[in-house]
Amino acid sequence: MRFVRPLPVLLLTSLLAAACSGSGATAAPDSPSSPDPASAPPASASGSLTVYSGRSESLVGPLLERFETETGIDTEVNYASTSELAATILEEGDASPADVFFGQDAGALGALAAEGRLAALPQPTLDKVEERFRADDGSWVGVSGRARVVAYDSRVHEDADLPDDIAAFTDPQWKGKVGWAPTNASFQSFITAFRQLEGDEAAKAWLEGIQANEPKVFEGNEEVLNAIAAGEIEAGFINHYYLMVALAEQGDSFPVRNHFLAGDDPGSLVNVASTGILNTAANPAAAQTFVDYLLTQESQEYFANETQEYPLIEDVPANPELPALDEVASPDIDLSDLSDLEGTLRLIQEAGVL
Amino acid sequence: MLGADSIRRGRLQARTFRSTFPVRRAPLPLLLAGGAVAGLAVLPLAYLVIRALGADPASLDLVLRPRTAVVAASTVALALLVGAGTIALGVPLAWLTTRTDLPGRRAWAVLTVVPLAIPSYVTGFAFLATFGPRGALQSILAPLGVERIPSFGGLFGATLVLVLVSYPYVVLATRAGIARTDPAVEDAARLLGDRRTTVFRRVTLPILAPAIAAGALLAVLYALSDFGAVSLLQFDSFSRAIYVQYRASFDRSLAAILSLMLVGMTFAVAWGESRVRWRAGAYAGTSRSSRRPPTNVPLGRWRWPAVAFCAGVVGLALVVPAGTIAWWLVRGVGQGEPVRVVVDAAVNSFLAGGGAALGAVMLALPVALLVARYPSRTASVIETATYTGYALPGIVVALAVVFLATTTVPFLYQTLALLVIAYAVRFLPQAVGTVRAAAVGIGPRVEEAGRTLGDGPLRAFARLTLPLLRPALIAGGALVFLTTVKELPLALLLGPIGFDTLATEIWDASSEGFYTRAAGPAAVLLVLSAATVAVLLRNEEGAR
Repeated sequence: MRFVRPLPVLLLTSLLAAACSGSGATAAPDSPSSPDPASAPPASASGSLTVYSGRSESLVGPLLERFETETGIDTEVNYASTSELAATILEEGDASPADVFFGQDAGALGALAAEGRLAALPQPTLDKVEERFRADDGSWVGVSGRARVVAYDSRVHEDADLPDDIAAFTDPQWKGKVGWAPTNASFQSFITAFRQLEGDEAAKAWLEGIQANEPKVFEGNEEVLNAIAAGEIEAGFINHYYLMVALAEQGDSFPVRNHFLAGDDPGSLVNVASTGILNTAANPAAAQTFVDYLLTQESQEYFANETQEYPLIEDVPANPELPALDEVASPDIDLSDLSDLEGTLRLIQEAGVL
Repeated sequence: MLGADSIRRGRLQARTFRSTFPVRRAPLPLLLAGGAVAGLAVLPLAYLVIRALGADPASLDLVLRPRTAVVAASTVALALLVGAGTIALGVPLAWLTTRTDLPGRRAWAVLTVVPLAIPSYVTGFAFLATFGPRGALQSILAPLGVERIPSFGGLFGATLVLVLVSYPYVVLATRAGIARTDPAVEDAARLLGDRRTTVFRRVTLPILAPAIAAGALLAVLYALSDFGAVSLLQFDSFSRAIYVQYRASFDRSLAAILSLMLVGMTFAVAWGESRVRWRAGAYAGTSRSSRRPPTNVPLGRWRWPAVAFCAGVVGLALVVPAGTIAWWLVRGVGQGEPVRVVVDAAVNSFLAGGGAALGAVMLALPVALLVARYPSRTASVIETATYTGYALPGIVVALAVVFLATTTVPFLYQTLALLVIAYAVRFLPQAVGTVRAAAVGIGPRVEEAGRTLGDGPLRAFARLTLPLLRPALIAGGALVFLTTVKELPLALLLGPIGFDTLATEIWDASSEGFYTRAAGPAAVLLVLSAATVAVLLRNEEGAR
């Protein structure tokens, strides 16, 4: 049985090595790109920065690495899902090592702000984006826009034929032809906005109306998009950028298009990926540099071109195939209030959807 | 029937003899060590109680309404079906690969266990992609006029995927049980005139029942903790309900209450299994050296149906997910995407897995010895306590450790050491079950002989029993290793920042739909785990 003897030795060695190695292996950084003189790194902060990012490494990793190279700040990023990271920050309490939280949606930051975990951002930072895309109390700022749309099968429908308000999809003509992802965070934010704008009763009635139309249920927005392309459903309630990514990959022959709803309708909500500085930050100066960096022209162009979202600062154009952001008339609500997902969840469950 | 009845009567006498034989009281150091391990394992419970007590009373009605009863009933249904399914698959496979002349027996032995390595969400996704309404199977059948296949989800889909992911626990436990049985018992029954099937049904199965039950318990509880498959397949069990609460309610209190219910269910099942096992009595076989090597049962005309059965299970459990991974890889390379080299992630996975395995085995040893040598209510309580974190969804255990670490040992927070400890405690039951079964089989006589010849208790144990336990220690450690390398929530939330494992790489890529990026790490995970399984099985054979 000699061959098994190396195994415990191996395990013991690996445990000792692990104990000594501390933080373990990290991914090698990309080769540094030359900094763009038009967007010089702001402030002269240094040291190290800890970012908790609910946005995945595949999407924003290159941007964060660029930040590290250009500013020289040693950046450690903890990637996980937005809600889990927010829960972790709340559990960590004062001992939290995080300096900055970069979330997929504003609701999570609203929840942190409600627990008093976010520091107020300076006015010049807040003024870079429109009022509707930042916290009323200045605790967080939006970084890129994610518009709710109705994606539809372009082989079957025309944009002009589609209704302009979300309630119309409860009409029996849509029976069996719609799809949604009720466990998706963006969908739940949309329902929260519905409750804010038109009240709990109307939101519940809408949910029950759609439920009566026997919608197909999916786990994520991308699956809804693929189902439309496959002809399984004719319309789905998702975010705008899924289509743009598919068009970029597969060309204009992809048979789905986005339909934007008219103003003041909850279905035209524009949520924002947003960021805020934690009140327990060990390096607030570097954190401020990070937040400002995300709002530079270079970074906003990254969001416009790579992730296909809406840039939020002036003079940075979005994908030309999208309607301009000021034409997307999102409803008038404080996105912080979208943190009451608990009440939304209750409503969704009462309506029998989840 | 004569043979089986005689054997049963003999066993009944042996059992009565054993139960009247006084069980010695456990030595205090062992009791303290076992108690300490149990205390460590129960810590997440403290977190849950603290959170649950902080719940807003007005929102309690959200948890105590009929819908929660539906979720509980769904969870129970899932548990029963997964238990039945894993036994129905695992026991025949174990028997076929150890006691028969199945063609390619050694290869099947490895292939039937490798599915342990595949994360459940990969299997779930692979099944949806293959058997879903518009999946690969439908496109193959389309020329035959099949427009769509019935939807693959809900209880049926979740059960199928979870059975295919966890049946190897039953296979491994049953194989170990078979290895411990003395073929002389079966031979005696046959000599007294029973047919092979009768012998199997009335002699072999009852002897194997404790091992099968232990394996099924591990499988069922693991399936309950799983979130990946049930979320993908839209099945509302406790783990999904808890996860949705975390997603929507930054309150964490309601999720804690649901988690407490799940832990209560876990304790009930684990306690029940422990008492049934205790009452069934131990089967301490004769020493291996005096045993005749078992003769393999010739399958005759059942040979090719048996091969078909093995091939069917392996096809569903291994080929479908592995094929999906391979297809992602091929498609991506065809589109010009570079295959990601994930050496860092692989090394990290190996470190975490190896550390967890070592830690779990060290923690399991006192508990297993306590239950095996000095069975009592206290020992059963200690053993049941080790199951606390096992059936909980990973996010719950992760947040519990975050809370406990930041309040008590902040210097350990976000270090690899803490992650390894958390893994070792969470997957402790796998090691405990394996080592306990072996300790029962070895019996205390050898050690007692050493004691009479002058060795102290510790020395006698280390020199005599420990070498005999080594195969079980390695087996338990390998099981924990396999479960750790595919685990996700603790790696994400507890790992040092920047600590990527293969599982986190797969998750990061597939969460954005970049399946080709996920394929590289997934393939490496599969190969790493297959190698571990091969070592595990060679070790098992060496011990026989």
